Amino acid sequence: MNNDKTIQKNSAAENLRRDLKHNKAATAGLFVLILFFGAAIFAGSLAPFDPLKTSNETFQPPSLKFLFGTDDLGRDVFSGVIYGAQTSILVGVSVALLSGTIGVLVGAVAGFKGGVWDDLLMRLTELFLIPPQFFLALVIAALFGSSLFNIILILTVTNWTTMARLVRAEVLSLKERSFVEASKAMGASSARTLFHEIMPNALPLIITKIVLMVGNVILIEAGLEFVGLGDANHISWGYMLHNGQHFIRDGWWIIAFPSLALAALVLALNIVGDALNSALNPKSRTAFIDKTV
Amino acid sequence: MTRRQISKIPFSRIFKRLFIRRAVQSLILILLLIVINFFLIHLAPGDPVYYLAGQSGDEAYYQLIRVKFGLDQPLTTQLWVYLESVLHGDLGFSLTYQQPVSAVIFSRLPATLLLVLSALFIASIGGILLGVEAARRENSFYDRLFNTFALLGHSFPSFSIGHILLLFFALYLGLFPAQGFVSANRELSGIDYFLDVLAHLALPALTLGIVQIAQIMRLTRTNMLNVLSENYITTARAKGVSERKILYGHALRNALLPVVTIVGSDLGMLLSGAVLTETVFAYPGLGRLMLEVLAARDYPVLMGLFLLISITVAAMNFLTDIIYPLIDPRIK
Repeated sequence: MNNDKTIQKNSAAENLRRDLKHNKAATAGLFVLILFFGAAIFAGSLAPFDPLKTSNETFQPPSLKFLFGTDDLGRDVFSGVIYGAQTSILVGVSVALLSGTIGVLVGAVAGFKGGVWDDLLMRLTELFLIPPQFFLALVIAALFGSSLFNIILILTVTNWTTMARLVRAEVLSLKERSFVEASKAMGASSARTLFHEIMPNALPLIITKIVLMVGNVILIEAGLEFVGLGDANHISWGYMLHNGQHFIRDGWWIIAFPSLALAALVLALNIVGDALNSALNPKSRTAFIDKTV
Repeated sequence: MTRRQISKIPFSRIFKRLFIRRAVQSLILILLLIVINFFLIHLAPGDPVYYLAGQSGDEAYYQLIRVKFGLDQPLTTQLWVYLESVLHGDLGFSLTYQQPVSAVIFSRLPATLLLVLSALFIASIGGILLGVEAARRENSFYDRLFNTFALLGHSFPSFSIGHILLLFFALYLGLFPAQGFVSANRELSGIDYFLDVLAHLALPALTLGIVQIAQIMRLTRTNMLNVLSENYITTARAKGVSERKILYGHALRNALLPVVTIVGSDLGMLLSGAVLTETVFAYPGLGRLMLEVLAARDYPVLMGLFLLISITVAAMNFLTDIIYPLIDPRIK
């Protein structure tokens, strides 16, 4: 059985490599992702200005000094876009990991235990799925405050449901497979069966889903900032758009660059997620991108 | 059909049972949503009276609200009072608008309804056409082009699409007005008023439509590909029916069924998109209202909006669950 697993792993990695070689879009997407992650990590040395520092050079069009121009308070848009990548990626990645973990736990317990556990957890999931995710996050942020920490917490609480459903369905189908039966017959404890037999096989699906979740979380975070629910201490693309929309007649660059950065990052995440999906889960034909805003 | 042979229960009985079960489930969900609303108000930092009355009241008014919602009584009593008033349609009073919350919300409903329905119309026509044409030319240049378009629509948030359309069509080309529901500075009536409303609607509706097209297109394409490989299509081809008639007459009818459900299940996304789109175009609907009450900390309206949107989504889910077996002949 161990052999079996290594063969599967190798072929998945090989699939991915082959996919990337032939899929020019995925290669480009990966390149864009590396660019944005690089910008986020090295923001301090890449950005020419402090993105929150105002100056009297307001509404400057793009130039060599201000690559993406300046806004109504003379803040450098290019530096804002670079530091904005930091905020977006921080929120996107931490929420996807945190809520992904909750979703995996809920889904695994519901699918594996079945019965009352399944009923209880799935009704809870359905309840969370009724209010549109964006509105739920918006109302909680309005009531409880929208510091960056709060936003991460709120998006984690509102984002685990789709993962829970996905993992539950996968666990339910894996549970019936013969290698799980065999492990049970050999007297393995149920925890061992779940964590050593079932979950490793659900992993490709979980990884793909987490990558695809990052994009959606980034969009929701930007949406919250865009309607004015944000953290004033951190520059973000959503905030830049929120502020810049009042000055859309004074300079197109104020909103065009943050908007494009946001779309490019999410597009790259979706393309890479899609390629990852077809490499890791060759049987699933449809991509499960959620988009909620 | 095998199902019918196995269980001899007539469809109407099965349907009635489904209807009752779903109706009860939906009602329980809605009750739970009201309870969640109540707990959000009480868990939020600070005195709950601010969230029940808004932040711009005076001490006398707060005292009135405290008595009305029994804020000095145990939590269970408060929950009961809250449930009772919501179930009677009383969502509270808005201090900023000096009107009951329900009146404030309903005055903004028509604009959002117009926007959402127009967007749905654009998205359905566009998504179905693109989906059929992509399926017909599977793996061709056009198929890939349409798929790329769908991926773009899937990745751009509604406000980015809105900003691009606004910058290009309204500000650069000057083809459409940039903001509002009608021109504020002109007295218009009759056909001129109608055309003016239409011109203002064009860009927001297109924005929201593009957001939705991707999903409908992808689903139509997948379903068409499945249906096109079925026997009755081959039979129709063998009989010499024209390709256009096969695509739009025979195949599309069956491929469209699952698309109907997307309208129901994506209502939440459509409404979220509407809030953001309305913000971009200063369109005076529910989204714009949400922004105003957020700025004014008019919590009663915010909570009322949240509750109404959640209930609408729950009701829509119920409707699609019920309608689907009625329109799918295979289930019958």
